[in-house]
Amino acid sequence: MIKVRKLNKYFHVPYTLHALKDISCDIQKGEVVVIIGPSGSGKSTFLRCLNRLEFPDSGEIIINGQDILKAKKEINQIRAEVGMVFQNFNLFPHMNVLENITMAQMVVRKRKKKEAEEKALFLLSKVGLKDKALAYPGQLSGGQQQRVAIARSLAMDPKVMLFDEPTSALDPEMIGEVLAVMKNLAREGMTMVVVTHEMGFAREVADRVIFMDEGKIIEQGIPEQIFTNPQEERLKLFLNQILSGK
Amino acid sequence: MQRLSMERPPGLGYNLFWKGVFLGIIFLFSYLVYFASQSVEYTWRWYRVPQYFYYTAKIDVTSPLEGEIRSITEDKDGIKVVIKGEEEETISLPAKSELLLSEGDYVYPGDKIGFYKKGKPGLFLVGLYITLEVSVLAIILGIIIGLLTGLARISKNPALRYLAITYIEIIRGSPLLVQIFLWYFVVGTLVNALLSKYGFSPIPSLWYGVISLAIFSGAYIAEIVRAGIQSVSKGQMEAARSLGLSYAQAMRKVILPQAFRRILPPLAGQFISLIKDSSLLGVIAIRELTKATREIVTTSLQPFEMWIVCALLYLVLTFTLSMFVQYLERKAIL
Repeated sequence: MIKVRKLNKYFHVPYTLHALKDISCDIQKGEVVVIIGPSGSGKSTFLRCLNRLEFPDSGEIIINGQDILKAKKEINQIRAEVGMVFQNFNLFPHMNVLENITMAQMVVRKRKKKEAEEKALFLLSKVGLKDKALAYPGQLSGGQQQRVAIARSLAMDPKVMLFDEPTSALDPEMIGEVLAVMKNLAREGMTMVVVTHEMGFAREVADRVIFMDEGKIIEQGIPEQIFTNPQEERLKLFLNQILSGK
Repeated sequence: MQRLSMERPPGLGYNLFWKGVFLGIIFLFSYLVYFASQSVEYTWRWYRVPQYFYYTAKIDVTSPLEGEIRSITEDKDGIKVVIKGEEEETISLPAKSELLLSEGDYVYPGDKIGFYKKGKPGLFLVGLYITLEVSVLAIILGIIIGLLTGLARISKNPALRYLAITYIEIIRGSPLLVQIFLWYFVVGTLVNALLSKYGFSPIPSLWYGVISLAIFSGAYIAEIVRAGIQSVSKGQMEAARSLGLSYAQAMRKVILPQAFRRILPPLAGQFISLIKDSSLLGVIAIRELTKATREIVTTSLQPFEMWIVCALLYLVLTFTLSMFVQYLERKAIL
């Protein structure tokens, strides 16, 4: 479903940083991949390359048979197929919840208003926020905003969902509600790529865990193997730091 | 007015005292002006002001031909005077006219048949209207120019970007008065010469005034628009693009509506300066409020009152505008 070959990305501000070094990986349909790693390891950059919010310097990304780095105008259609959930939710503050979810449906998918609203209400009830349809993002808690953001992405009927640290900006008591929605999605067979620090989620839901450090994939495998029998020194160190911190 | 919460709330006496001081200063200042005008023996004649807002003009009706008045008929629509010379002509006057001649009188061309009175807007109102007209047109044009330039300013296309920067720098770096002269005496002369060469009528100076103001404020509005767009967090554009919206769609649906709310206050300030800057247009023979006031001063010989009224009229315009924008802001903020 997603095929990544030899991906390289440099940042030049304020000094040159080789953020992604020859990343290659394949993600199958229905697979849930969790990317972990220390901050600055390039995991978010990698995720953002997958819908071209970052344009890689070299390499190849094929999604559903389309080379997204060669796409011109079609990139908008491709992006509609790849849902993205951000750390800071990025809901549109000038629109209410319903408008947040229906706007792109009407603009990109050319759906009628009624159809888009039905879809929005269906998804809102799925994330448990049907009664908040007319609220504005500023009136919602972080957890509720993130669930709306997930519903907004799902409204485009994406084939893949990308999650960029979806719980990192949340108060601890709200992490659970967002993870629950994501678990449901995984159970329904959605292809998901998740960058997170929630090791519990990775262990429970992931089909595969990828450990990245310094712009490279250091180790990957099923959660069982990664968490109980890590091979690489750096992964062992990382897991020690994370687990002892808790 | 914001007060730091760490400060002790002031007592009743404190507020009363300082409000009194405020009023006292205002009163003292007004008295000083009055006192100074007395000592140069200026006679205030405020009663001269209203006639420059509205006055009743006496309009004479004269005969266009030589002949004899055959008949005068009066009904509720007005008065009809029939004059018979080489040919017959009917002259109509409004109902409440006064006739100076009667049937059988002989008239020559230009002879006064009668007169009537008609209310007319005075120079202040005329000037105010022109100022308003010029300002509204320039604001509308300026918004369009500013929005497009602001977008070009942040475009990734170098041609658009450099054009926008060049335009903004040139306009912001030269005095408005000079720009007005350039538009009227250079561009205006060229354009009107070309137009007359090909048989079109020339563009009136009002439009050169509107264009110079619009182009001038457009450069400032462009910078305001750019700052407004850049103040919307990057995540908003990313979220919109990640949903499949194109750059233009994301701008229109997500970025600009948010930017617009933020730029309302500085935009209002820009419009207020535009209204005030329109006072320069008198130099190219546009009879806006300032030019009208100068004419009024020349005829009335009461400069103190007239200039004070002129300033108050500008204040009414700018104050109304800023109230309107405050209302918009309150409506826009949730």
